[in-house]
Amino acid sequence: MFDTLLLVVLILMSLSLLACLIRAIVGPDMSDRVVALDTFGLNLIGFIGVIMMVQGTAAYSEVILVIGILAFIGSIALAKFLERGVVIDRDSN
Amino acid sequence: MTEILISIFVLIGAFFSLLGSVGILRLPDVYGRIHAATKSATLGVISTMIGTFLYFLLFDGVFVGKLLLVILFVFLTAPVAAQIISRSAHRIGVPLWTESRTDELKATYPENYQELHRPTESPTEEESRGQT
Repeated sequence: MFDTLLLVVLILMSLSLLACLIRAIVGPDMSDRVVALDTFGLNLIGFIGVIMMVQGTAAYSEVILVIGILAFIGSIALAKFLERGVVIDRDSN
Repeated sequence: MTEILISIFVLIGAFFSLLGSVGILRLPDVYGRIHAATKSATLGVISTMIGTFLYFLLFDGVFVGKLLLVILFVFLTAPVAAQIISRSAHRIGVPLWTESRTDELKATYPENYQELHRPTESPTEEESRGQT
């Protein structure tokens, strides 16, 4: 019963991942794509969390941490790049 | 009993993740999509991580502290990322929804801000949005 519920939850999470991917492909602006990829990273964290329960192993916890950090840093870098054309700006204003 | 508790957390997480993705697909402009995605996806991820943490704590007796660290990290960074994305989107001139009435932030910019910071962008974005 519990395993079946976990599989249903995996299907729901993969549907949400698919929705984020569709928005990342068809998004009219670059900001839409950045938002969709950020949410893709967030949903991927939950997806791997459910996979940890399905397989019964805690070995993927580092994977989750690294995906969270990379999604955050990637969103910040893309937003800064879209705003100014550079990622690290040296003059502070 | 513990299975029911974990199932409730995981189902709430999957529901809110799906809700955030439906918001990303269906809302009309970037700011609405940021609003939908960040709030509900953050709550979904946090709820799923609590379920996973309880699974390993109650079934295996293992305290996986990294999952709590993930919860803390997502809770801290998701609003920051959303705020920075929406600020950059507004500064590079992504149009609001056509039904939007006021834009209070735009009045605080200098008048030639768009020409100063985005010289190569042509104003054809509004036609590709499919208005009326």
